Amino acid sequence: MTETAESATDSTASQTVVIASANGLHARPAGLLTQAAAKSGLPVRLAKAGKEVNAASILGVISLGIVFGDEVMVSADGDNAAAVVAGLVSILATDHDAA
Amino acid sequence: MTTHLTGVGIGRGVAIGTVLRMPDPLPEPSDEPATASADTETERATVSLAATAALIRLRGERAGGSAKDVLEAQSFMAQDPTLIDDVSARIAGGTTAERAVHEAFASFRDLLVGMGGYMAERATDLDDVSRRVVAHLLGVSVPGVPDPGHPFVLIARDLAPADTALLDLDRVLALVTSDGGPTSHTAILAREKSIVAVVGTPGALDLADGDLAIVDARSGTVTVDPTPEQLADARARTEALAAAAPAPTGPGALRDGTAVPLLANLGSADGAAEAVALGAEGVGLFRTEFLFLDATSAPTVEEQEGHYTRLLAAFPGRKVVVRALDAGADKPLSFLNATQEENPALGLRGLRALRANEQILRDQLTALARADAATDAELWVMAPMVSTVEEARYFSRIARETGLDTVGVMIEVPSSALLADRILAEADFASIGTNDLTQYTLAADRLLGSVAAFQDPWHPAVLRLVREVGEAGAALGKPVGICGEAAADPLLAVVLVGLGATSLSMSPAALAPMRAELARFTLAEAREFAELALAANSAGEARAAVMAADTTTTTISTITADSITKPNGAQS
Repeated sequence: MTETAESATDSTASQTVVIASANGLHARPAGLLTQAAAKSGLPVRLAKAGKEVNAASILGVISLGIVFGDEVMVSADGDNAAAVVAGLVSILATDHDAA
Repeated sequence: MTTHLTGVGIGRGVAIGTVLRMPDPLPEPSDEPATASADTETERATVSLAATAALIRLRGERAGGSAKDVLEAQSFMAQDPTLIDDVSARIAGGTTAERAVHEAFASFRDLLVGMGGYMAERATDLDDVSRRVVAHLLGVSVPGVPDPGHPFVLIARDLAPADTALLDLDRVLALVTSDGGPTSHTAILAREKSIVAVVGTPGALDLADGDLAIVDARSGTVTVDPTPEQLADARARTEALAAAAPAPTGPGALRDGTAVPLLANLGSADGAAEAVALGAEGVGLFRTEFLFLDATSAPTVEEQEGHYTRLLAAFPGRKVVVRALDAGADKPLSFLNATQEENPALGLRGLRALRANEQILRDQLTALARADAATDAELWVMAPMVSTVEEARYFSRIARETGLDTVGVMIEVPSSALLADRILAEADFASIGTNDLTQYTLAADRLLGSVAAFQDPWHPAVLRLVREVGEAGAALGKPVGICGEAAADPLLAVVLVGLGATSLSMSPAALAPMRAELARFTLAEAREFAELALAANSAGEARAAVMAADTTTTTISTITADSITKPNGAQS
């Protein structure tokens, strides 16, 4: 369940997403997210309950204490921001603890 | 010139090799203001963080396997943008690069510890990365386990879990520590991995890198610069031990045939097959914490049932003693007890914590009862850290209500040892956890290095409590097992049998040497040893008295009279 808001003028994209991993955003899913964010080359932010961190920072992401079912917002600035955000949202919407 | 050092030997092995000292931990960087400009300090910090990340990544690629993942995660931490921002902000505030790195890592470390569970365990990774970056900034050698490229005897003050996780066991011939006692992390590791070790050895840190030494765990001695005769003798013993090591099998028994079942301590069902291969007659302590540690809520009955069934299926027809969840103190679980306690070892832990969360206890016992019904093992269930008769009665009632029929208690608190006759009237068996019993008897925190010398289960006060339990068990016809580290110290185990222990449970690797040791003595001799140890004034005296009696009662012993008459410090 996601919700998109994109402004064409400053090419900022953001989406909210509900965390699907049963154990929340612990080390492995957090690592996947931060690596993808770092690779995108864009400044990407992750916010939960008004607190925002750099999504490429594993320590920042972990410090949000995100658990299953939390709603978070992913935002990016720059060219291709919408696609980058969509990619990260799909990581968060996947249950990495399944299997 | 030949020199002898004396400490506490772990196990019976002997090793010969050149010594190498573990570098001292770095002192905490000073919080004096920086003398260089903030730009210079930021540049230094950035370079060292990047260089450390690269070095860690390289080590990961070399190590491969699961170590690679851990090290890769560490390299990300060293380059984490949030951390780098934090370091820069601290430097802008006037601190040195070293101090800024130290403080930034420490603040994230505290954050992770505060989150508990899996995250808290990652705190040691952050500490390790922090030390490496600071060492790089200072231009000193990286603290941690040395890797000279050939086998060596590792000398250290004491080893932390983070050090031993990185230890290449194929390269370490023996461990010698100046601090720490027989229940230190070093000693536990040495027993688990069957590494020759002598701990608590004064003078060990004065040895020079490259010195040749014989490390003899049996006598607890380190012989530096040995004579050719001593070397030949040690080589003959290593060869004899290598040939004999896995040989003795069959049930554990004293020389006169008195059965002393030898059981394994296990932390997950994965170790079951190995334990059986090493001669375990069953399981004397199955710790269930692993099922709960990474979780933010208790696992379901079904999840637990699967694990327990797998465990019990590995031991058809044999005894398996499962301990109910033992959380608190050194292993906090947020969903069981979220309160910060001043003295967690004296807090809401063990059965106390379960009782405050009775549904978690009932779920676990239900899962155990179902697994028992589905398998042929003989399941015994016990409560951790029982301190009153009433608690023993409570646990027995709940366990029997869920359909379990052999219900026992862990004796780890002096109160329950002193009232063992009444506690055992409520339970089917007792199991003595010597580590906690020693900690509580001598009022010395197990996890605190400064009081490690008190943590010695040879202490006559601890032994007297064991005797109380042994006598109560004998009077009521109920088994009394031992499942602490003491059960893996061969000579102490003989003393414990003399005090009334009816089974011993230990790391699977310790089983074969223990079986050989028990076969050397009769029950009458074990009782004599127990009397000698009880009559001593200190742990050291108790150990020395029994070791001396050992050399006179048996002919197999290789301890020389010389090492008994010169028990302390360096002598030439």
